[in-house]
Amino acid sequence: MRVPQVVAISIAAIAIGAVFGAALASAQERALPLPALRSGITFAGSDVRAMQADDASNPGFLWVESGEKLWNATTGAAGKSCASCHGDARASMRGVAARYPRFDATAGTVQDLEARIGDCRVRRQQAPPLARESEELLSLTAYVALQSRGLPTGVTIDGPARAAFERGRAFYEARHGQMNIACAQCHEQNWGKRLLSETMSQGHGNAFPAYRLEWQSLGSLQRRLRACLFGIRAEMPPPGAPELTDLELYLAWRAQGLPLEAPGVRR
Amino acid sequence: MPDARISVPPSVARGKPFEVRIIIRHAMETGYRTDESGKSIPRNVIKTFTCRYNGDVVFSARLSSGIAANPYLRFFVTAKDSGQLAFEWVDDNGVRGGDSAAVTVA
Amino acid sequence: MTTNLQSRPSRTRRRLLQSAAAVALVPWLPANAAADELPEIPALTAFLAGRKPRLARVHLTLPQLADNGQTVPMKVSVDGPFAPGPRVTAINLFSEANPVPEMAVFEFPVAVDRAEVDSRVRLATTQRIVAVATMSDGALYATAAEVIVTIAGCMDGT
Repeated sequence: MRVPQVVAISIAAIAIGAVFGAALASAQERALPLPALRSGITFAGSDVRAMQADDASNPGFLWVESGEKLWNATTGAAGKSCASCHGDARASMRGVAARYPRFDATAGTVQDLEARIGDCRVRRQQAPPLARESEELLSLTAYVALQSRGLPTGVTIDGPARAAFERGRAFYEARHGQMNIACAQCHEQNWGKRLLSETMSQGHGNAFPAYRLEWQSLGSLQRRLRACLFGIRAEMPPPGAPELTDLELYLAWRAQGLPLEAPGVRR
Repeated sequence: MPDARISVPPSVARGKPFEVRIIIRHAMETGYRTDESGKSIPRNVIKTFTCRYNGDVVFSARLSSGIAANPYLRFFVTAKDSGQLAFEWVDDNGVRGGDSAAVTVA
Repeated sequence: MTTNLQSRPSRTRRRLLQSAAAVALVPWLPANAAADELPEIPALTAFLAGRKPRLARVHLTLPQLADNGQTVPMKVSVDGPFAPGPRVTAINLFSEANPVPEMAVFEFPVAVDRAEVDSRVRLATTQRIVAVATMSDGALYATAAEVIVTIAGCMDGT
C-alpha cells in the first residue's frame, strides 16, 4: 500500500473512532460501509417492530427485570451482589456491552459478555458458574446490555484480540454444512433478498440477547448463531465454544457503529 | 424470575378508561411439543386471568394454547377513586401467579 | 352449506401471496375490515347455538402476513356507544385451523367505555380467526380476519 493511502485510511479510521468514541485501532476496511449498515429490525415485519419499540410489551423486559433483581442480590461465598462492586448498573455498565466481545487479560482469552459475567460470578462472587442460556445468565446479560442501548458497537480487534478476530472472519467466509454455504453468501452478498417469505438481513448481532418468537424466549447471540448453523445443516459448536466467540467478535467489528438494541425482538 | 411486567399510566382521569398492560412470564406449553427424547411435553397453559380493582373484578380472560407464550394483555379499566389493581392467574397445573399495581386518580 | 374452497378469491390471493417471488412485506392492515361471511367452525357453531351474529361493530386487527405463527399480535375492539344501552359482556375468539378452536374469551363484568383487548395469539397455519362480541341484551356481533402464516426461512434446531 502506498504511503498516501495508508495516511488517508488512518485519518478516516481515527475520524470514525473519534466520532463514535470507539477504539478502532485497526486501519482495516470495513466489510460494509457505515452508511450501508442496517439493523435486523429494518428487515423485520410490523409485528416484530411494534414489539421491540414498546418497552411495556417487549417480552425481553421480563428478563431485564429479573436481571435487575439478580444484580442487587447477594450470592456466593463472598456474600456480594454485582452492586456491591459495580453500584448502579445504569452508571457503571453504560457502554460496557458495546465493547464486547473483548480480550480479558485475567482469563487470557476473548470473552463475550456472557462469559465475562460468568467469570465475575465465579471469581469475585465465588458463586457457582452460570450455564449458557440459563435464566440467570440471560437475565444478567439482558440487564447489562440494556445499559448500552442506543450506543454504537465499538470493539477492539488489535493486539491480543487479533487472532480471534481473524479466526472469526475465516469462519464467516468459509462454507459450512451440508448446504455448503458461507455466512457471507447470505448476509454479505444476498442481504435484502428473499428466503421463502423472509428477507435476509445483514446478519448483525446488535439486538442480542433478543426475544426470538421462534424460541418463545429470550436467547443469546450464540444461540442464534448455532441456529443459523443448524439451518444450513452444519455441526453446531457447543454453547460457549471459542469458535462462536471468535465469530461474535468478527460480527461486532462488522457492525461497528450500529447502535445496540438489546433486549431486541426478532422472529 | 418476576411473575409479570405491568404498565399503568402514572395518573388517570376519574371515570375515563385507562390502559392496563401486562406481560406474564409463562411458557404456555401447548402439549403438542416433544422433548429431545421424543417424549410428549404435557400441556400447561394459563387457563384463567382475573383483574380486580379495589376488590371488584373489572376484567377477566379464559385463555388457551392459542395464546402465545409470555402472554400479553392490554385492556381498559375505569376508576372513580385511587386504588389497587390486583392480577391473578392459574395454569393447568394449578399453579397460581399474581401481581398488583397502584393507580392514582388525578 | 359447503363452500367450494378452490373458487374462493381469497384462496387464489393466498396462493399468489405465498409464492416466494410475489410476497411483499405488507404493512399492518386490518386483514378483513368487514367480513361478508364467517368461516364454518364447529366450536363457533356450537357457541352460536342457532343465533346469527350481525357482522358489524367488531374489529379484529392482525397482520396480513405473520412474522411467526407462534406469536401474532391481535387487537379486538367493539364500537360504542355503550352507556346508555347495552354494553359488551364478552368477546370470544375462535380459530379455524388450530387444534384448539376456542382461543380465548375476554370478559367484561363491569361497564367500560372502551371494549378493546390486545393480546398475542398462536396460529398453527394460514387461517381465519373469528371474534364474537356478546352484548348485555344478548345481541351478538362478529367479524373474521385472515392471517397468512409461513414457515421460517431456516429451521432452528436450538
